[in-house]
Amino acid sequence: MLDGRGAVGRRASWRLILSASWLVFVLFLALAAPLISPHDPLEQDLFAARLPPFWMHGADPVYLLGTDSLGRDVLSRIIHGSRVALTVALIAGLATGFVGSLLGLLAGYLRGRTDLLISRLVDIWMAFPPVLFAILLIAVLGTGLSSIVIAIVVIDWTRFCRVVRAEAMNQSKMDYIASAVVAGQGRVGILWREIGPNVLPTIVALLTLEMGIAVIVEAILSFVNLSISTDAPTWGGMIAEGRTAVYQAWWVLVFPLVVLFLTVLSFSQLGEGLKDRFDPVLR
Amino acid sequence: MNAFLAIRNLSAILRGGSQRVLRSVDLAVEAGEVRGLVGESGAGKSMIGKAVLGILPSAVSIVEGEILLDGRNLLAMPQKERRRTIGTVAALIPQDPLTALNPSRRIGRQITDRLVDILGWTEANASARALELLDEVQIQNPQRVMASYPHELSGGMRQRVLIAAAFAANPKLIIADEPTTALDVTVQKQILKLIREMQARHGTAMLFVTHDLGVVSKVCQKLSVLYSGKVVEDRAVSEFFAEPRHAYSKALLAATPKYTDPFASLLPVDEAVIASVDAEVKAADREWRHV
Ligand SMILES: Nc1ncnc2c1ncn2[C@@H]1O[C@H](COP(=O)(O)OP(=O)(O)OP(=O)(O)O)[C@@H](O)[C@H]1O
Ligand SMILES: [Mg+2]
Repeated sequence: MLDGRGAVGRRASWRLILSASWLVFVLFLALAAPLISPHDPLEQDLFAARLPPFWMHGADPVYLLGTDSLGRDVLSRIIHGSRVALTVALIAGLATGFVGSLLGLLAGYLRGRTDLLISRLVDIWMAFPPVLFAILLIAVLGTGLSSIVIAIVVIDWTRFCRVVRAEAMNQSKMDYIASAVVAGQGRVGILWREIGPNVLPTIVALLTLEMGIAVIVEAILSFVNLSISTDAPTWGGMIAEGRTAVYQAWWVLVFPLVVLFLTVLSFSQLGEGLKDRFDPVLR
Repeated sequence: MNAFLAIRNLSAILRGGSQRVLRSVDLAVEAGEVRGLVGESGAGKSMIGKAVLGILPSAVSIVEGEILLDGRNLLAMPQKERRRTIGTVAALIPQDPLTALNPSRRIGRQITDRLVDILGWTEANASARALELLDEVQIQNPQRVMASYPHELSGGMRQRVLIAAAFAANPKLIIADEPTTALDVTVQKQILKLIREMQARHGTAMLFVTHDLGVVSKVCQKLSVLYSGKVVEDRAVSEFFAEPRHAYSKALLAATPKYTDPFASLLPVDEAVIASVDAEVKAADREWRHV
């Protein structure tokens, strides 16, 4: 009587493979940065300023992707920049996901006053323009990794909260929750064992999206010079510097931009791919 | 009077309103007996079951009455004790096998949960018991079903799993809320037969909610007819089918399609009858407000 439903295979999709590969590659860059980067990312050499990438006329092949206006190696700076990007993505993404999902779960499952309070808070939050809000926050908190993380959590927890709340509310109405209550399951048990696993695919999808957003926010903050510190190389910082000399040395702008773009894209595609693959209910 | 479940004078209202959804309900289920609960959609059948199991929606509040389970009033207990009492002696077979199993958890765990959590069994013992039960509800390859997710099973199989889960902790009372409505006709018959067999074998008392008087005649010994939250008839099934007392019950029985002549009696319940029951309900409400 077992019919074919259990046997429906789900192959990893191309987007899952490609996005995961790119992210694993960036992770490798971040972890191995000191070992694999050809130059010191901070070392300046004014005699080798604005050298083009290797295939162009006048390039110096030891600087594969060229150098910036201060003669620093673009490739090495991109490699080192991945450290800040991934650190912020992981810490800020997880922290935002945790805070937002927890509040969303509580609001959606407990309803009543808790829900009223949390939902009003979300409404108020939504009225702030996020990037301005972030800049304001950093101005108050000062620059540095922890302020960036806090800023991202404070700005973006509502994204998780709204979606998870709706999902938790849907799940709460299902008969299996009633059965679990009858079977003596307490509130914590219901949230953790019954509702939790059902909202997890949504949370994971949002989480990867959020990591991408965190990378962008970090880049924006670096762009306006409000990020970690001025000397650690960041993609956003490189883009900001590259912008000033884009006609003379486009590569300083374009390479970090492409890497940033691919990374953010990969995060969002990874979420979608994972959701398709691991959601136990075929949708 | 030694009923396992006794509901006495139970009234419930929708929060914020004064309209009752349950109107001084009296209903008893003796140990080992099956009582049918019939009535049209919206009559409050599920509400009664939910009240007993302590899973009423928050919009509904009980304003008077008692629910005695094995002689102890559930409504007078502190929340924790009530949950425990219900969890150890009562279980639910829900209507919709699609939403009654958690889509993200394996079947096995969903059966063993209660054994482990409430009764303190070891995982191994609980699994063995679950296997035994899946076998009892005639699921082939129970090992494999234990490890499956709900979406891998057909509707009929899910309902079998739910029946197994309901009987797992050897409950003394099972509330079956239209357990076959969501299934197609051939599967309905098998599931009905299964529920009856399991009930007889385990000697479980059962409150069987249904629309279908045909089902009642096959499964139940006693019957309560509910109209608009009010019990209008409470009889032994054999007596009821021989001679229903209440005008509404008569009309209901007349409106039930017969297999011999399915179209002959598919008439809606007579409007005059409805008007008279409505008047009766209104009269009861007036009287109630004066108390
Ligand atoms: N969550 C809720 N909030 C407010 N009113 C409700 C809620 N659930 C049910 N009701 C109302 O309570 C009454 C009884 O509903 P109940 O679900 O018990 O009916 P039922 O007899 O089980 O019907 P059915 O045969 O359709 O299952 C209905 O009039 C319904 O409108
Ligand atoms: Mg119902």
